[in-house]
Amino acid sequence: MDLALKELGNYIAGQLPKDVSGTTVKLGELLVFAKAESITRVLAFLRDDVNCRFKQLVDVCGVDYPERTPRFDVVYNLLSLINNNRIRVKVETDEATPVPTVTGVFSSANWWEREAWDLFGISFSGHPDLRRILTDYGFDGHPLRKDFPLTGYVEVRYNDELKRVVYEPVKLTQEFRSFDFLSPWEGVQGLLPGDEKVEADDDDVAKGGA
Amino acid sequence: MGVDPTAASTKQLPSGPAHDALLKQITGELHDKGFVVANIDKLANWARTGSLWPMTFGLACCAVEMIHAYMSRYDLDRFGVVPRPSPRQSDVIIVAGTLTNKMAPAFRKVYDQMAEPRYVISMGSCANGGGYYHYSYSVVRGCDRVVPVDVYVPGCPPTAEALIYGILQLKKKINRTGVLWR
Repeated sequence: MDLALKELGNYIAGQLPKDVSGTTVKLGELLVFAKAESITRVLAFLRDDVNCRFKQLVDVCGVDYPERTPRFDVVYNLLSLINNNRIRVKVETDEATPVPTVTGVFSSANWWEREAWDLFGISFSGHPDLRRILTDYGFDGHPLRKDFPLTGYVEVRYNDELKRVVYEPVKLTQEFRSFDFLSPWEGVQGLLPGDEKVEADDDDVAKGGA
Repeated sequence: MGVDPTAASTKQLPSGPAHDALLKQITGELHDKGFVVANIDKLANWARTGSLWPMTFGLACCAVEMIHAYMSRYDLDRFGVVPRPSPRQSDVIIVAGTLTNKMAPAFRKVYDQMAEPRYVISMGSCANGGGYYHYSYSVVRGCDRVVPVDVYVPGCPPTAEALIYGILQLKKKINRTGVLWR
């Protein structure tokens, strides 16, 4: 399986030498790094080429790496039902540079690009209708960026004098606190309770534990 | 007979021989004279609590538990609780789920369109105080920031039984009030 994916990756890189900067196979999945300015050409090739036939765009999403320049990734997940195959295409961008829209290649990208714009502030050039899709009307900021505060900037309340819902600056009686010290994803960096049994080798267990 | 606010709070007769005797007396009166005399506020409360029509307002997963309460197993119909698709026809709104900032003006508009007397049941942690999403940038920290709430049903989500208990508590609350004063 991995070999076939590697071959497919090499084939794609060979066919599009100017547009693809690299391919890897990781965890049994093929990943293609493309140049942002040629993403439409790459996706059109993956859709139409007889060896690829990735006819479905399953998802478009953004990733934020605040410490990296350029800070954003745009990830395109594609599916080929004909070849029973999946592929992931990644391009890099930042707040200022727009990525060419792929709505001309896959019309399903329309709302996902709107979502990426809404939540990350990644702009897409040539998009037919690039406006917010999920957040509140008149929302300020892009909430999935790592530098966006968890609680945001505004909260709502019904104002009895104005007879409507008004927006006010956030006021919390208690700050957010995280007590999840035993989470395997954050908190303690060393051994978790129970993990020492996994680390101990068989001799120690035979002698009655380390 | 005027409406006496203190008379409205007299407690109900428990079922038993005394209750049966009272019913017999009323039936006899109805048979002899053709009418009965009752307190207008108690009569109105009986009518109100007997047909609490809730506005269908499922916002998130709590809506599923609300649907369970409506369906045949728990069957809220037998309490006269029939879900309505229009705020103009409803007496109570059950806020079942997370109220987001984007939904808040629409929710207030629906509430404003309901005819008085109107009641609000806040169902689940999210509607009560933001719950899991209390620190989110997009969620209202309790629907009582937008409308006045009569009954809070705790839980995440509350069971169908808990919601029915909340509705019965609301009925008790309505029974405590007079008609001409609130």
